[in-house]
Amino acid sequence: MAPISPERRRFLENGFRAAAGAACAGLVIGLLGERARALPPTALRPPGALPEDAFLSACVRCGLCVRDCPYDTLRLADLLDGPAAGTPYFIAREVPCEMCEDIPCLAACPTGALDPALTDIAQARMGLAVLIDQETCLNWQGLRCDVCYRVCPLIDEAITLEMQPNPRTGVHALFIPTVHSEACTGCGKCERACVLEEAAIKVLPLAIAKGELGAHYRWGWKEKEKAGQPLVEGIIDLPDRAPPGALPGGRSEP
Amino acid sequence: MSLAPRLPERPGAEAVAAKGWLAAHRWLLLRRASQIFFLALFLTGPWFGVWITKGTLASSLTLGILPLSDPFIELQSLLGGHLPTLTAITGALIVLAAYLLVGGRAYCSWVCPINPVTDAAHWLHRRLGFSKGWQPRRTTRLWLLGLALLGSAVTGTVFWEFVNPVTIFHRTLVYGLAGGWFVILAIFLFDLVVSRRGWCSHLCPVGAFYGQLNRFALLKVSARGRAACDNCMDCFAVCPEPHVITPALRGTGPDGSPVIRHFDCTNCARCIDVCAKDVFGFAIRSDRSEVSVRPHLAPES
Repeated sequence: MAPISPERRRFLENGFRAAAGAACAGLVIGLLGERARALPPTALRPPGALPEDAFLSACVRCGLCVRDCPYDTLRLADLLDGPAAGTPYFIAREVPCEMCEDIPCLAACPTGALDPALTDIAQARMGLAVLIDQETCLNWQGLRCDVCYRVCPLIDEAITLEMQPNPRTGVHALFIPTVHSEACTGCGKCERACVLEEAAIKVLPLAIAKGELGAHYRWGWKEKEKAGQPLVEGIIDLPDRAPPGALPGGRSEP
Repeated sequence: MSLAPRLPERPGAEAVAAKGWLAAHRWLLLRRASQIFFLALFLTGPWFGVWITKGTLASSLTLGILPLSDPFIELQSLLGGHLPTLTAITGALIVLAAYLLVGGRAYCSWVCPINPVTDAAHWLHRRLGFSKGWQPRRTTRLWLLGLALLGSAVTGTVFWEFVNPVTIFHRTLVYGLAGGWFVILAIFLFDLVVSRRGWCSHLCPVGAFYGQLNRFALLKVSARGRAACDNCMDCFAVCPEPHVITPALRGTGPDGSPVIRHFDCTNCARCIDVCAKDVFGFAIRSDRSEVSVRPHLAPES
């Protein structure tokens, strides 16, 4: 192979240097970006926001949604805040979403990062309320606080009070605030209103709040109902092996 | 090897003497007024409650009707896998069309809020007599431009927006944030101490993107009075991209045209100001006409 001429050598060296420099810059920015991807659990996106991964390619950080929010709920992330700098978010405990019917923040979004397909604010999924601490929730102690339930814009749909026996007194009931994910918009009014020093009910981003069934998993009883018959014919009924004197169903001899 | 002439210590002094202070600073003053104007459009709302333009340079809405979006940011968004809605696409096309008329990098010198910062750094740099410092190749910004586009495609984000000082600074001003001031301080110190004209003339990929529009842009600066040039070098001293001048002024470009065709030119027009011989003026890119001596400079008959 012929020796490389000095010009060619310099050309290759300069090109390589520039490429390596750009790669270094890319790594640093990439790491910053990765950090921004992990949204802090208290930061909620505006209604209609695309899922976080898609949101980061769609939001240009112009802040038009923040400007058109009539309640100053939305704010832009500063460089040292958790979410990617310049992207909009809100903290439910400070100022929750008032669920405007005309969704002005979404109407202001020029890029579709807030998805225009959302037309009914009740279908928004900004997050999901989770009654995160039973040990301090007043209703769980048998008191009738009920504040989270009362302030819920979708009362009796997104939050219901489910009655169960109060084992401490033995004669009273517990009215358990129970969130239903099929109705909760994640507006955050319950968290804002919780009377405790630190809210016992918190709105979390869906990715944190919601479990997800394995794709292969089936609820046996639902499949059975759907098929109208047991899915497996002729299951063998094994003999009950109970201690002598015990009856089926765990009852004991009277 | 020819010895390059020394750059003048006080560029423009001759022009001030010949044309008067105001005429020798006309375009600079207009440019500062333009920078203030574009910033004011965004600031009258949050400061005084008079809403003219909402949003930032990334995307905005003026008078409730005119949408404008940064085409570079929308391009990254597109490569990141998001198809912008019609509003953003319309806004980006309007901006593209505007800069195809007035010159792509007119954004850099007439609109961008970083320009006053780096201009201030350069002014201080010259007053303090600092050396050039680290001078990365001028093509480095093209690599960073490529990186911004590639990074967007690979990571599915608007990649450069994680660090873009232009929009970070603009957002900081318009939304009253705090963090952006550190970025501006960093850019100022970088240009002052580390690298003369380092950011805007060597690294910024936003400028590199708008520079690509310059390849087709209509409005150009022409050295149409180059016959009168007396090699005082004042234009080279004030130009943020001095390499763009030579082909036009010396006629060493491929077709010998007096028009500054290089895509790095920001149309800042400071060369027009500082030339005592009125060599430079705005022209259409195809306009190759030249004047030998400008009328008002002709000797009294």
